[in-house]
Amino acid sequence: MTVADVVKVLGLEVFSGADGLDRDVTGGYVSDLLSDVMGNADAGEIWITLQTHKNVMAIASLKDLAAVILVSGHEPDDNTAQQSDEENIPVLGTSKSAFEITGKLYELIK
Amino acid sequence: MAERMQFEYNVDGGNFTRAGFASSEIKKILKKLNVDIGIVKRTVVATYEGEVNIVAHAYSGTIYVDIDTERIRINLKDEGPGIPDIDQAMEEGYSTASSQVREMGFGAGMGLPNMKKNADEMHITSEVDKGTEVEIVMFLNNKE
Ligand SMILES: Nc1ncnc2c1ncn2[C@@H]1O[C@H](COP(=O)(O)OP(=O)(O)OP(=O)(O)O)[C@@H](O)[C@H]1O
Ligand SMILES: [Mg+2]
Repeated sequence: MTVADVVKVLGLEVFSGADGLDRDVTGGYVSDLLSDVMGNADAGEIWITLQTHKNVMAIASLKDLAAVILVSGHEPDDNTAQQSDEENIPVLGTSKSAFEITGKLYELIK
Repeated sequence: MAERMQFEYNVDGGNFTRAGFASSEIKKILKKLNVDIGIVKRTVVATYEGEVNIVAHAYSGTIYVDIDTERIRINLKDEGPGIPDIDQAMEEGYSTASSQVREMGFGAGMGLPNMKKNADEMHITSEVDKGTEVEIVMFLNNKE
């Protein structure tokens, strides 16, 4: 399954990094604590968070994550979106809560 | 690869916009050198946590990278407040991060434990009101 498939099925908004929509998705990780993600997320996962600042992209890139989903209507900071475009790691959005979107993503890729 | 390579990167305390830049450069170098992907991943986690600690807790610092055929040695040296009790700082969940830093999602007190988990060797020395030096060593050739 690719990031594009997830976007389509879950009805996500694509804020940035659209060139990375063909990335393969291997799983997901949900956390707003950056060193938790750094220590425990794996390459290819989609990261679900409400953090919108640029360090999110630093971590997504260092960990080779597939994409980031911002929950509850959050939008990426300008420099976050910019780095997402440079790294081709999509930043996606939903108005749904972390709980809801995680449940849907889990159903989709379990 | 060449017998020995050395690089260094400056890190500004407080500058979260640039946090992770040095770690990203180091990752690129290790990938170019065809270092085992598992070692690259562990090195990236440990280096990033050390880099962010300089940004979050110190005034300025330098990351020294020294790679030879046997091992990767990364020395993160800063000028800053230092760590009064290193054993306490190493405990999972211990953090003195400001509320502003916590709002960004840092300050879980997981950084130093992450470094310890991912590095083959880790040494910390620190002097209060002067600074901190954290050295991590990753062995190549599967030597533990
Ligand atoms: N370079 C440093 N200079 C001064 N104090 C430090 C330094 N690195 C760590 N510390 C101290 O050790 C504590 C624990 O560090 P650790 O990296 O484990 O957690 P944190 O940085 O507070 O949060 P996290 O890494 O989870 O975002 C810090 O809160 C700080 O008090
Ligand atoms: Mg830390």
